Amino acid sequence: MSAERKPVLDLDVSAARKDFPALHQEVHGKPLVYLDNAATTQKPTAVIDAIDRFYRLDCSNVHRGVHELSERATKAFEEARTSVKRFINARTEREIVFVRGTTEAINLVASSYGRSHLKAGDEILISALEHHSNIVPWQLLSDQIGTRLVVAPINDDGELMLEEFERRLGPNTALVAVAHVSNALGTVMPVQEIIRMAHARNVPVLIDGAQAVSHLRVDVRELGCDFYAFSGHKVFGPTGIGILYGREDLLDRMPPYQGGGDMIRSVTFEKTTYNELPYKFEAGTPHVAGAIGLGAALDYLSRLGIDRVTDYERGLLAYGTELLESIRGLRLIGTAREKAAVLSFVLEGIHPHDVGTVLDRLGIAVRTGHHCAQPVMARFGVPATTRASLAFYNTKAELDALADGIRQVQQWFKL
Amino acid sequence: MNDIADLYQELIIDHSSRPRNFRPIGNAASSAEGYNPLCGDKVKVYVQMVGDVVADASFQGDGCAISKASASLMTESIKGKTRAEVEKLFSEFHDLVTGAGDSHSGRLGKLAAFSGLREFPTRVKCGTLAWHTLRAALKHEPGVISTE
Repeated sequence: MSAERKPVLDLDVSAARKDFPALHQEVHGKPLVYLDNAATTQKPTAVIDAIDRFYRLDCSNVHRGVHELSERATKAFEEARTSVKRFINARTEREIVFVRGTTEAINLVASSYGRSHLKAGDEILISALEHHSNIVPWQLLSDQIGTRLVVAPINDDGELMLEEFERRLGPNTALVAVAHVSNALGTVMPVQEIIRMAHARNVPVLIDGAQAVSHLRVDVRELGCDFYAFSGHKVFGPTGIGILYGREDLLDRMPPYQGGGDMIRSVTFEKTTYNELPYKFEAGTPHVAGAIGLGAALDYLSRLGIDRVTDYERGLLAYGTELLESIRGLRLIGTAREKAAVLSFVLEGIHPHDVGTVLDRLGIAVRTGHHCAQPVMARFGVPATTRASLAFYNTKAELDALADGIRQVQQWFKL
Repeated sequence: MNDIADLYQELIIDHSSRPRNFRPIGNAASSAEGYNPLCGDKVKVYVQMVGDVVADASFQGDGCAISKASASLMTESIKGKTRAEVEKLFSEFHDLVTGAGDSHSGRLGKLAAFSGLREFPTRVKCGTLAWHTLRAALKHEPGVISTE
């Protein structure tokens, strides 16, 4: 993406690691090597402190009380929204909707935009490497209103076949929904080209950015996407909070997703008028502490420098790729040219579940399984993989530990 | 790593890499399918009854070392047993792997190799999948048995 913006200073990883208390512990008597960042990231003290301060001092509901605490809570909550806006370069806070996570963001679009703007026979075009959360909401919609899910294939490296994608953009395509970065393989999708192709046919595009925001610069205006969804907990923030970015004119034309408090301007039994953006989509008391924590996480990442993170992780991924490829009997699944820091692999003769159990006893946390992307596993003919997913706080020494651990697994199984 | 050694004992590694009774049994047999959606382990268990006695048992499928070894050793250990004896064996095996009972009785025989499983709660389902599937086959329960 914006890889050419070479940072002035390299990332100081050992300093950054000190910001993450959870990294400094032993697991089964071994120093923790946390390589499950695509599942969730650890949290820096900046985030933990922000949440702590909210609950210790400022705890109150937002947007209603006249008292000091409510004012403080509302201010912190809305400042977090501004942090999000700044981080993804949205035009205005009205385009930033707080949701529970990427899953809810996509469901919001499927439900609100889908049911108001799509009709039977319309096609929703996705890719073959989507997470279940960018497949199932569209299937639910199809069951409800008769839309059709169309899937663009990937090649053996786990890259989108762009011509095949373009071929599937037809007169019935009404929405494109694709991942920015694949959770199972790490592939960075050519979202810029996808958006250009779709927009040339007046088709709006939703980007599932869950796996992207912690690795690379996301600029929604530069991308030109219509919707962008991501989760707080995968970008060093709390669980239970996420973001739906939507272009203001689109959000304006969409009906509310849920009804309740905060999303209304006035209610009578005869007629209710809805609140302005983004509150129209935020029914009920929001996850205030979560939003504040997410804001703190994004501010932290901005201070660190996202380009610096991208640059560092590229080196780390290259190192890890070479290291793992040197292991006999190991096959990397997902070898796209453009990749985020994910190393998904299978070992000949050893099931990922057994790999994960032995690595865990060595203090190494990885994910094993289908990574909520069963169609991706089917595409590569494997039931599951072992996945090491990196963050900027991981080191080459940790990848060495992973490689050693894999060799120990092979010794256990006498392979 | 001692608990790893307890978990992946020689016998378990052996049965996972060279599973016994790894074959289907023709149409006279009862069978059932089991699935662990968390890790994708799949197993199909076949039993051939003569009267109330298991005359033959086998399995097919794909899964981790624990699930394969468990299915392999299970098919070996239930042959010649009555339904009631199989049920009792399952109950003792279940107690062993969950750490529910101290009844480390000699009746378990080779199945005692799974004693290390109690230290790995996330893996207990791998060890019991074939057994749950077997029970479904014996009861002629339709559908796929799921661990979840």
